[in-house]
Amino acid sequence: MSAREEILARVRSATADVTTEKRPVARSGSGSVPSQQPDRAISRETLELFAENVADYRATVVRVPAEQVAATVVEQLRAAGLGSVVVPTGLDAGWTAALDGAFDVLPESDATSAQTLDGIDAVVTGSAVGIATTGTIVLDHAPDQGRRELTLVPDTHVCVIGQDQVVHDVPEAVSLLRTPEGAQRALTWISGPSATSDIELQRVEGVHGPRTLIVVLVDEGARADVTAG
Amino acid sequence: MVTQPVQQTSPTFVGMPKFPVAAREALANTQQRTNLHNATHTIREKRAAVVGEVDDWEALRVAGAEAKDEALHHLGDYLEQLEESLTARGATVHWARDAAEANRIVIDIARAKEVDEVVKVKSMATQEIELNEALEEAGIHAWETDLAELIVQLFGDRPSHILVPAIHRNRTEIRDVFLRQMGEFGRPAPADLTDDPARLAEAARLHLREKFLRAKVAVSGANFAIADTGTLVVVESEGNGRMCLTLPETLISVVGIEKVLPTWDDLSPMLQLLPRSSTGERMNPYTTMWSGVHDGDGPQEVHVILLDNGRTHVLADSVGRQALRCIRCSACLNVCPVYERTGGHAYGSVYPGPIGAVLNPQLRGTASEVDQSLPYASSLCGACFDACPVRINIPELLVELRGTVAEQGGHRAESAAMKAAAWVLSDPRRLAVAQRGATTAGRLIGKRTIRKVPGLGAWTDARDVPTPPKETFRQWWAREHGDGTTTQRAADPGGRADGIPTSNDGTEPGGER
Amino acid sequence: MTAFTAPIADLKVALFATCFNDTMWPETPKAVVRLLERLGCRVEFPSAQTCCGQMMTNTGYAGEAVPLVRHFVDVFEDYDAVVAPSGSCVGSVRDQHPMIAHLAGDPGLASEVEGVRPKVYELSEFLVDVLGVTDVGAYFPHRVTYHPTCHSLRMLRVGDRPLQLLRAVEGIDLVELPGAEECCGFGGTFAMKNADVSVAMGTDKAAHVVETDAEVLVAGDNSCLAHIGGILGRQRTGIRTMHLAEILASTKEHPTW
Repeated sequence: MSAREEILARVRSATADVTTEKRPVARSGSGSVPSQQPDRAISRETLELFAENVADYRATVVRVPAEQVAATVVEQLRAAGLGSVVVPTGLDAGWTAALDGAFDVLPESDATSAQTLDGIDAVVTGSAVGIATTGTIVLDHAPDQGRRELTLVPDTHVCVIGQDQVVHDVPEAVSLLRTPEGAQRALTWISGPSATSDIELQRVEGVHGPRTLIVVLVDEGARADVTAG
Repeated sequence: MVTQPVQQTSPTFVGMPKFPVAAREALANTQQRTNLHNATHTIREKRAAVVGEVDDWEALRVAGAEAKDEALHHLGDYLEQLEESLTARGATVHWARDAAEANRIVIDIARAKEVDEVVKVKSMATQEIELNEALEEAGIHAWETDLAELIVQLFGDRPSHILVPAIHRNRTEIRDVFLRQMGEFGRPAPADLTDDPARLAEAARLHLREKFLRAKVAVSGANFAIADTGTLVVVESEGNGRMCLTLPETLISVVGIEKVLPTWDDLSPMLQLLPRSSTGERMNPYTTMWSGVHDGDGPQEVHVILLDNGRTHVLADSVGRQALRCIRCSACLNVCPVYERTGGHAYGSVYPGPIGAVLNPQLRGTASEVDQSLPYASSLCGACFDACPVRINIPELLVELRGTVAEQGGHRAESAAMKAAAWVLSDPRRLAVAQRGATTAGRLIGKRTIRKVPGLGAWTDARDVPTPPKETFRQWWAREHGDGTTTQRAADPGGRADGIPTSNDGTEPGGER
Repeated sequence: MTAFTAPIADLKVALFATCFNDTMWPETPKAVVRLLERLGCRVEFPSAQTCCGQMMTNTGYAGEAVPLVRHFVDVFEDYDAVVAPSGSCVGSVRDQHPMIAHLAGDPGLASEVEGVRPKVYELSEFLVDVLGVTDVGAYFPHRVTYHPTCHSLRMLRVGDRPLQLLRAVEGIDLVELPGAEECCGFGGTFAMKNADVSVAMGTDKAAHVVETDAEVLVAGDNSCLAHIGGILGRQRTGIRTMHLAEILASTKEHPTW
């Protein structure tokens, strides 16, 4: 008997006593939460909670209206004294153009190896979903976020997230992130910068992943603040 | 007929002494006890704070337990579905009956790739099968990349905790081993290294980065394997997981068959339960989910090894199978008063603490001294059950396993004593006769303190013995109330209404303890 | 829990003294009798009672406990309520008796167990939930700290009922015990089979008790108290241990200490 047949036979015999019915095949498609719509209302509290929880991991959170994103990204990278930046193929053209003038920009297509990326200071990406209760950003590695290694090897990650991408909790995010049909995308869930608590359970930010995480939250409420201020 | 064989005890743990013996040695290690006390108390508070934030934690626990039970009760179907989903997404699925078979599969793949090293993500399954040792024997270096695993590897030590395997070491010990050992295996630690945890983490970052950038093959485990989407999930903190799961060309994941979740949506309770229970965070820094091969992104050759190694033996016990719900969060270790004092090594397995005390004797059977002693390595205080995010009733399992051990025989004196006690206690007259021994002793001893009793050294070495009373309650009651069973005043003219005896009943109020 | 509407004096209440208390700590069940009578209860001590079987079950001899479970239901099934001054023994009746009946493969016994089980109360539960009192009219002018035993806390979930009762005691100086919810390390046969760990746990518990400067350590289980008290005694701390019942039974006229 092959290992496969033998293990399956052992499993079936071990569970022969089970009388409960198998759960009916659940929800097809993207689950109970409707996929993102541009007009999906996001409560002020949810957005505040998201910003608060992201910052709680000692990530930097900057809230700006949409038209200030490019300038903010440039400003953040400059303030950190960084020189080189890799950009995903599908990053907003306006942001890429702004970066082009200010830094040594490496397009994703030229980042052919991890060794190359190891020489780059920062990466700028979009994102897929933000989760307020946990302060998490999920990347689904769509063209505006690039291949997984882009957001892993450089030491600084600047991540732009729209307010309409923020959901309240984990169940909403899980539902949204299920690919309706076909293969599931690779996902990276990020909650603050890389960290460890392996030494006396004392949290230290920054081990192997990016040690600096800057989250630019596109917040139309911030426009009101700006104009009012 | 199909049988479910137990796991062979891995070479490291063969001949381990029984728990009380190993525990005595551990208790004498005062540095380790201090380290463990500080660490477990820190994490307890963190966990309590983030669990307290959740509106209905209990409902979440129930949902988590139900998702795992669904998978376990219909495991055959879900394993087949998982295999199909993985294969459809470009992964190669292997099946391993035991540790040797799993190790051989990994070695064969590594040899086919012509590598002499692999990078590893922290994984309990690969520790269980002692993959590193098997690879080493085959001439392949296995580099542990989790900081704590690296520390353990540099010490030539064994992990003592599921989540923080170097919990028994403090920062100074870690600095010393970094300075002494890192150079042996790659980039040395900077000479001016201090014991500041941030500096130590930096040293690990530099030491491991060259290995990440160079490695062609990585080995991981998985926290969850989702049957309907063919997705594997690794939950981590440092980014070493992402490095291993993303950069190498070939990825081999060793996954216990109990890691299956039926559907994508089952992630929802799990991703809420696990981080809060393990590191005491709302969410761990990084979680990677991959479903087979992703075109042009990450490893282009993906292998998944589905491992039995005693799990079906656990599954065959209708009560015991709940232990397979375990998601290796280690909350039970952190709240356990026994683990806090003995540390993990005394449990004689990679699975220490309360979950180890129930899982090891189920996975490996109860033939060895250590596995026979593990079900008794608990005061049954129940803190583990309260903390368990998937509601494994560990005290219930411990009691059940004690029954299994007792049934094997071997504890002849104890068995005889229990039979005798049961005989005495099943009849009040026999009990009354037996109690005379105690009250006779009580009258002889009077008010003196008992500090030594022959044969009771285990108690009296550090504890005084309660002095027996001169009269049992039963005798007092009979004297005060006669054969009547009621304290009703009319029926009991001899006793005082407040129940306080009118005559000297021979015992001191408050009793002697 | 059963809600009673009948007057307290009409309740048919049985005292389950527990075999350990009966044999080693008779002052505790005596205190329960005094206390409940003071509150207007009519208490009976069915003298046929013996033991809940916990020791056998927890040591791995659940089979030996079957006749004890059978005996327990026979003795207590006709009462409205059964009160025991032990969280541990009540925990055994509530949590383990069904399992033992199941093990015995005796559906009749299982249904009898289900009939008796909900009527069995730990003392503080009976006082607070059934009698609806927290001030039992006790007087105890001493500095006291309370240790919530594991089975009261995590099997029975008595919560702060014992503390509610203690806070209402006249004259008491009740101080909080640091690390109160941690196990003392008794654990039945654990205290013997893993004596070193048991003593290590008990020593830490005793140190916390000493920290409070209390004169008396109180708890709802005499077995845990014997363990902690054994260490406190060996260390010659002079701190005495008392069961909750004995403090609640204490009055100005008849002090228990």
